Amino acid sequence: MANFYNDNKDLKFQFRHPLMNKIVDLKEQNYKDAGKFDYAPCVAYDAIDSYEKVMEILGEICADVIAVNAEEVDKKGPHHESGRVTYAPGTQQNQDVLIQAGLYGMSLPRQYGGLNFSMVPYVMAAELVARADAGFANIWGLQDCAETIHEYASEEIKNEFLPRINYGATCSMDLTEPDAGSDLQAVMLKASYNEKDGKWFLNGVKRFITNGDAEIKLVLARSEEGTTDGRGLSYFVYDKAWGGVQVRRIENKLGIKGSPTCELVFNNAPAKLVGERKLGLIKYVMSLMNGARLGVGAQSVGISEAAYREALKYAHERAQFGKPIIQFPAVYEMLAVIKAKLQSSRALLYETTRFVDVYKAYGFIAEGRKLTPEERTEAKQFQKLADMFTPILKLMSSEYSNQNAYDSLQIHGGSGFMKDYPIERIFRDARITTIYEGTSQLQVVAAQRYVTNGSYLAQIREYEKIEVKPEYEQLKKILSEMTDQYQKAVEKVIEGDNEFIDFHARRLVEMAAHIIMSYLLLSDAQSDDSYAMSAEIYIGKSKSWNDERYSYIKDFSACQLNPFLSIKGENVDEA
Amino acid sequence: MTKTFKIVVLAKQVPDTRNVGKNAMKEDGTVNRAALPAIFNPEDMNALEQALRLKDAYPGSEVLLLTMGPGRAAEIIREGLFRGADGGILLTDRKFAGADTLATSYALSMAVKKIQPDIIIAGRQAIDGDTAQVGPQVAEKLNYPQVTYAEDIVGVKEGKIIIKRRLERGIEVVKTSMPVVITVHATAPACRPRNAKQLMRFKHARTKSEEQDNEHNSYLPTYTLDYLVIPEWGVNDIGGDEANYGLSGSPTKVKKIENIVFQAKESKRITSSEEDVDTLIKELISSHTIG
Repeated sequence: MANFYNDNKDLKFQFRHPLMNKIVDLKEQNYKDAGKFDYAPCVAYDAIDSYEKVMEILGEICADVIAVNAEEVDKKGPHHESGRVTYAPGTQQNQDVLIQAGLYGMSLPRQYGGLNFSMVPYVMAAELVARADAGFANIWGLQDCAETIHEYASEEIKNEFLPRINYGATCSMDLTEPDAGSDLQAVMLKASYNEKDGKWFLNGVKRFITNGDAEIKLVLARSEEGTTDGRGLSYFVYDKAWGGVQVRRIENKLGIKGSPTCELVFNNAPAKLVGERKLGLIKYVMSLMNGARLGVGAQSVGISEAAYREALKYAHERAQFGKPIIQFPAVYEMLAVIKAKLQSSRALLYETTRFVDVYKAYGFIAEGRKLTPEERTEAKQFQKLADMFTPILKLMSSEYSNQNAYDSLQIHGGSGFMKDYPIERIFRDARITTIYEGTSQLQVVAAQRYVTNGSYLAQIREYEKIEVKPEYEQLKKILSEMTDQYQKAVEKVIEGDNEFIDFHARRLVEMAAHIIMSYLLLSDAQSDDSYAMSAEIYIGKSKSWNDERYSYIKDFSACQLNPFLSIKGENVDEA
Repeated sequence: MTKTFKIVVLAKQVPDTRNVGKNAMKEDGTVNRAALPAIFNPEDMNALEQALRLKDAYPGSEVLLLTMGPGRAAEIIREGLFRGADGGILLTDRKFAGADTLATSYALSMAVKKIQPDIIIAGRQAIDGDTAQVGPQVAEKLNYPQVTYAEDIVGVKEGKIIIKRRLERGIEVVKTSMPVVITVHATAPACRPRNAKQLMRFKHARTKSEEQDNEHNSYLPTYTLDYLVIPEWGVNDIGGDEANYGLSGSPTKVKKIENIVFQAKESKRITSSEEDVDTLIKELISSHTIG
């Protein structure tokens, strides 16, 4: 039987990472649940064994159910009628099977019926589902909402909503509005408190809401009348059973067609406040956004994996000029680079996830007792690493998933352009990853400060300390030189004004990301030689990519911005 | 209060006969299980799903797996536990070895007598023998009604169980008393997946024999939890006449197993021309294939 977990040794490799035991120890807090819940682990090994076995369950479902349904789900899509949305039959089947398998609420504590899994297996699950069907990955992935409720809502709300998520209650995060996309501070949906009922009511419109007809919604709304910025926004939880929300339409999209994207009308919809007023955007959404970006990272890696496998299969099967096309340099180079980009983005995905795991676990421990000063320092350090790595993960993995889908389709030639092969769907599905949950351009904005304040450089210098086997010394030397080059590029750019820095920011962020991802592959190659191939290819390519960026920056003077600025004066009528 | 039922699923661990090699049979004519990967017999999975659906419909009902085989057949019971069964019993005894369908159904029926279930559900047949005899023989020995080729157990009404059967030319709905033996056809719904919590809850479930030579679980504290013990029953536990068990109770002797490769017959190319189609139709009519 096919199994998306068992057929991928990169995934098993993650569970053998040295940090894994520590993550589990923290997550299980001295295995306090072992006596209370009959499915709780008693030692780290036990927990990791369970992670693996549960990944096997999911891997089988992904291969035998979700991937099989993907084509039909893409074709049929969800159905919209009288204000409600019905999933495509395949989507509903995916959902039903995953509920039976108990794969909702994976990261929630056991007291709410969750599995209390750490982030590594949770993110891996997201990757597996995305490889099977990237659109469905959104519906499954919105169980992330449970995380936000768990972290910030009152005990009453937690008890009311969290157990339902384990039984597969669907979720949505309602943030975007027609005039508030990247700029969420502009959210207008109104939340008003009715003293008489002692209740909040929501009125307004939301747009582009993934899975908008969900049973449980988290809604960002303006609770402070007369305000115009992010500080007037609060976060609410809404239950579909309370009524008052209609789906006005669903979008007709390029990709991820199985996932309904809804325009919603809130008409006196009752809701409950999550956490504190005014912290909606500035605290809760920001935190949720980091989780969502990790999710898109996982989705992107899943898409890259699917694309790579389709291309590899086709390149072996398709013969031209008397031999399989994989024999031609033009094709095998593309395939090898696809694999290197896939493996480097996966390395970055799990590195980031481990950082998130450690600091989040400390956060939960802190609810029960005071952290020691050492623990506090460590938690802070890991939180900073997670914040630093999340934007480059989102940026690089989503861009690579698009590049990989593009090249994989190219390997299919004319057949790839037809609906006959899955690569056509994968190519369309990949496209959204660089856009939603913050465009690539916004990831650069988020990452930029770690370029200018030297944080990436400091972390790269940390990686530089890894011991490598003699045969890898040469690669390490290249990386060290690339780091010096990066440092010089940063120094040059930050001499300029803000406009100049913004202009070059993406180049610098990408240079840092290439070096970091190279080190991660190099480090993996130390424990498993099979990563040597991708490490070597990726480092070689990275060097040339960084040389190109450096060469552009090195001689770039402020006045060279002018021709770019002149584009602002152009308009469509006289272009 | 709704009615609850005690349901036994007869399940078999079978060699995966999709890849039969040369060493598939032992010299005594029985299947060489060591040479083939062991799997949960597919139609028994359909049977398990029917049992679990009954349990869903009649909460409080109990689903037990009953399997006969060597020690490693405990895996079948764990698979059932992971999917929602409440427990299982492994019938294992050297004296059961070499059993054909008659001796097997004798052993199963003796165990069923001891368990006293309301409903016994089995797959129609196992992929290693394809006999479809065990279910019906168990029913005969216990003198229970039997319903074969079941596709859906519709429910229980006024003490009678209603079952939809898949027949060659249609569907038949029957009603019968309990206890009853039902054999389930492959067209019945596929079994639900393993459940994450159930898996974590029962992954350490094992028989006493497994406990004794268990190395990989050495990190575990010694479990005394009852629900993690998979009971093993031998001849002494279920009683009966020893001569009816194992080889001595088995009149069937397998003479030989052959791997048959189907040869393609001569082929003939027919174009879409009027003439060719006409000739083909005439040929088919004269050979009475059509008309």
